Amino acid sequence: MLDATAGDDLRVVLEVEGVTLSFGGVNALLNVSLQVENGSIYSIIGPNGAGKSSLFNVISGLYRPQRGSVLFKGQDLTLLPAHKIAPLGLARSFQQVELFKGMTVIENLLLGRHIHMRAGLFSGGLFWGKAREEELRHRQVVEKIIDFLEIEHIREKTVATLPYGLRKRLELGRALALEPELLLLDEPMAGLNQEETEDMARFILDINQERRTTLLLIEHDMGVVMDISDRVAVLNFGELLAAGTPHAIQEHPAVIEAYLGAEDSVFPEGRSGSRNIL
Amino acid sequence: MSARYCGDYKTSYGQEMVLFQTFFSRLWILLFLIGLYTAPLYLNEYALYVCNLIGIAVIGALGLNILAGFTGQISLGHGAFLGVGAYASAYLVMDLGVPFFVALPCAGLIAACCGLVFGIPSLRLKGLYLAIATLAAQFIIEYLMVHVEGVTNGVLGKMVDFPSCLGFSFDTDQRYFYLVTTLALLATLITKNIVRTRPGRAFIAIRDQPVSAEVMGVNPFKYKLMAFAFSSFLAGIAGSLWAHYVTIITPEHFTLGVSIEYLAMIIIGGMGQIIGSIFGAVFMVLLPEVLRVASGALSGQFPVIVNLFAAIKEGVFGLIIIAFLIYEPDGLAHRWQLAKSYWKLWPFSQ
Repeated sequence: MLDATAGDDLRVVLEVEGVTLSFGGVNALLNVSLQVENGSIYSIIGPNGAGKSSLFNVISGLYRPQRGSVLFKGQDLTLLPAHKIAPLGLARSFQQVELFKGMTVIENLLLGRHIHMRAGLFSGGLFWGKAREEELRHRQVVEKIIDFLEIEHIREKTVATLPYGLRKRLELGRALALEPELLLLDEPMAGLNQEETEDMARFILDINQERRTTLLLIEHDMGVVMDISDRVAVLNFGELLAAGTPHAIQEHPAVIEAYLGAEDSVFPEGRSGSRNIL
Repeated sequence: MSARYCGDYKTSYGQEMVLFQTFFSRLWILLFLIGLYTAPLYLNEYALYVCNLIGIAVIGALGLNILAGFTGQISLGHGAFLGVGAYASAYLVMDLGVPFFVALPCAGLIAACCGLVFGIPSLRLKGLYLAIATLAAQFIIEYLMVHVEGVTNGVLGKMVDFPSCLGFSFDTDQRYFYLVTTLALLATLITKNIVRTRPGRAFIAIRDQPVSAEVMGVNPFKYKLMAFAFSSFLAGIAGSLWAHYVTIITPEHFTLGVSIEYLAMIIIGGMGQIIGSIFGAVFMVLLPEVLRVASGALSGQFPVIVNLFAAIKEGVFGLIIIAFLIYEPDGLAHRWQLAKSYWKLWPFSQ
């Protein structure tokens, strides 16, 4: 039994176990468990208000769940403040783009390198020797990301002047600058046109294949989700409806019921009874 | 005047980090420095006195800009931290006999410690609420300045000597000018370097998007406290320089009014812009002087105006600040940017 768990640790990079999160009696998440395998692309889908973003906020340490644990490489994230989670190798993007508007593209990406840099007030203030060398070194890393995301032409621009599609791409870049092992992307395709969506899907696949980064996505674009995901989990009213391969999910009766609506008989009375009030 | 090659011919990232990129910008800054350091040769005592006040204000405004402009934490206690620096330096030099050039950084550090303590509420409080919390710092420190008479000599005021070092005394406006100018330039350079490296980016990140800054691994509390400490450090240095310049300090010199004057400086100059602190300091020190000279000249023709002077001065002061908030919310620094880009294309700009 012990050996089996040790083996799991290598294979499973993120393990959400029985997470319950409620805001004043309303359950945003109810006993949610899922396992994300190392090197996979894992998508979470579900209707609006299903608790997908809440789950991301729990994983990245912004919300404290009332019950349950989030194990990342065997370490419980629910005990850590949000800023201590990034150095473990976990980065995320936000649903509403939350870039630093007053900074340029390069500066946003360099902020993404924050945990890999050392300079403080003194060395930064002198900007001599080590601090200068550090700036140069990380600038090179950042330029590689600029190259990868094909945003060379906007590198000196302030974020406030950028169109939405590029901001979305930059937010991916900023998370990437952290060199995470696990990357959480909250609706990376939302609001993008067809071409931008395809670009984004290509970036996600490249990140997964070239950098061996595990990805956890929230996405509404079913075509993309079913195309690129290794596994899909479905949330509905804070509960996990189903998890499995894209194919299995598409055929899952509970998922079909949640998305398309079916007879009440799909769910036993007891479980859906409380929700009828809502 | 400025001239650029029509293309970007940089071949390394190091070249991009150079502060003054083009030949002409380097020439201008060199001419500016030469002009600055030869100023005592062609400026009279009064002009130098004003320059010294500007230099001191620049140091204080840089500090507040780091805190309010870059980190987004509004402080109404900057005047009090100036006072902490002034009294700390005065006490160290006058009562303990510490040399000035040791007392100066100590004054900064003592003010920084005060800033750290009063910055703690910033963990929980934002915006207006934090402003009110820092107001408490202002009142507590003001109260202490009046009542801890053993150190401050209370409302009677404390006498302070001109600074001296190895027998050389900075006892004239000219000598003090070199001291203040050098320190102001140094403070500007250090502040500029901080905002273009890791800690500065963390400050701006906390201002723009505190949540995503935290998720990117920036410890918000640590950096907010750092901003408070650095801001108060510069306030302490400015306070110390001020104390040794005016040679008598009383608690009335470090009231809430001073805190607000510094806030006005960085708003008029440009929040989150290093050069904004300089413009703001120049503007806020010069404005009362200009108003005074103007009303003095006018009083020959209109004797009534002399009696109204105080009221007119405050009124014009307020009007100008309101006009700035409406017409140039990004401050003089933004005007400066516009002017620069205009001359870049001149005579083809419009």
